[in-house]
Amino acid sequence: MAMLKVTDMTVNYGVIQAVKGISFQVEEGEIVALIGANGAGKTTTLHTVTGMIPPKAGTIEFDGKDITKTPAHRIVSMGLAHVPEGRRVFAQLTVLENLRMGAYTRKDKDGIEKTLTEIYRRFPRLEERKSQLAGTLSGGEQQMLAMGRALMSKPKMIVMDEPSMGLSPLYVSEIFKIIQDINASGTTVLLVEQNAKKALSIADKAYVLETGNIVLSGDAKALMNDDSVKKAYLSE
Amino acid sequence: MLTSIMEQLINGLRTGSIYALIALGYTMVYGIAKMINFAHGDIIMVGAYTLYIGIALLHLPVIPAMVLTAAVCSVLGMLIEKIAYKPLRKAPPLAVLITAIGMSYFLQSVALLIFSSTPIPFKSVINLNAVQIGTVNISGITIVTLAVTTVIMICLTLFINKTKAGSAMRAVSEDRGAAELMGINVNRTISMTFAIGSALAAVAGILYICQYQSLRPTLGALPGIKAFVAAVLGGIGSVPGAMLGGIVLGLIESLSKAYISTELADAIVFGVLVIVLLVRPSGLLGKKKLVKV
Repeated sequence: MAMLKVTDMTVNYGVIQAVKGISFQVEEGEIVALIGANGAGKTTTLHTVTGMIPPKAGTIEFDGKDITKTPAHRIVSMGLAHVPEGRRVFAQLTVLENLRMGAYTRKDKDGIEKTLTEIYRRFPRLEERKSQLAGTLSGGEQQMLAMGRALMSKPKMIVMDEPSMGLSPLYVSEIFKIIQDINASGTTVLLVEQNAKKALSIADKAYVLETGNIVLSGDAKALMNDDSVKKAYLSE
Repeated sequence: MLTSIMEQLINGLRTGSIYALIALGYTMVYGIAKMINFAHGDIIMVGAYTLYIGIALLHLPVIPAMVLTAAVCSVLGMLIEKIAYKPLRKAPPLAVLITAIGMSYFLQSVALLIFSSTPIPFKSVINLNAVQIGTVNISGITIVTLAVTTVIMICLTLFINKTKAGSAMRAVSEDRGAAELMGINVNRTISMTFAIGSALAAVAGILYICQYQSLRPTLGALPGIKAFVAAVLGGIGSVPGAMLGGIVLGLIESLSKAYISTELADAIVFGVLVIVLLVRPSGLLGKKKLVKV
């Protein structure tokens, strides 16, 4: 069964049509990459999926339920978490407070503590810095915090927007390893990346967006060898 | 001389803590909704009239009348937000500002229609004996004012820093979109902020009216604007800043009135504001943005 099914989705920003009737789907357990140039509509697509922007037309189904008109703050508790572009951690809150915000919709106190322990095991750096203000962390640490924060809601699926943006190459590799790791422990991943090479190397399936349209899609490994993809996105 | 200074300082603390209570409403609403609620001062007026209705017309005992006052103001605050400000959530800030000023005049006009412009005398409901410490005489209302504001400030600080709802408020204040992604209902958080701010204004209204003992439809305007100055002085958006700003403003005002000139007191208060903003544009405790990419 498809975890996420987007059908003919159109999104407008004022008079500009940012996404022009795209359809794609993410199966349970997959890593799906959405690649494309700046302004192709990748972030808009993610924002619409998680309810931040209402679509002009089309439907979005998550885990068998129609979430086309569901507001963002209700989507988290359905099991869909979003790691936004630019991390957007709460700089004035401590690392621990940020993580707890991620579990805002959960009521199971013991479960929350358990998830917190798991996240500390995955990101030991966050535990070391738990009482530090999030704004004082380095970019890579903030990215880990943003991921940890999303994982606190115990999502079935996680969407990540440019997780490697602005990070040093060392951190980029680490972040991608973490994404694979998160996926291996059972979370479906929809990934938006400008670093197409890395994204394709860990994804099962990929969609290529160009000015609001999906122009290519298919098996990630196959796309990596596609000549047009190579030329446009892999800079070879 | 020393006795007189002490008494002026205590007076300053008293008016200052009332300013601080009101300033908290301005600063919290600014922090969460990113707007200056210029109708906030008039909530004080509504509070004062509600207390008057409760006690003089409905003959309620003092405590229930005060609870009624706080409840009426909270609901009114939430209603104002829902009706007047919420539809403008995406409008330019100037439109929201004008709406808030309009709302202020609207509340004053309604009070004018109902109660007319003739001041209504009101006997203080807080009747505590004065306390003599050495040669310094502290009135009952001063003691109550200081005690009530201290308790409220401690509770509010704990609420904001230690509870889940308080953390949610801080999260919304910092990044509304990211807060939504956490599952926080931003509309409800904004409503709650208006409710809390208005309840604080109600308390300020009660303390204020027990001090000045006269009701007019415009009674909220002056403490409202002074408290706004206090909020800016302390750093708008900062809760401890509003507390500090209120107290500092009260002290400056009281000392200027006593030792410089009653007429010049307001000029001095605003002069201090100008100087502080020249040196520290974000106010005494205003947040400097921590941005790291």
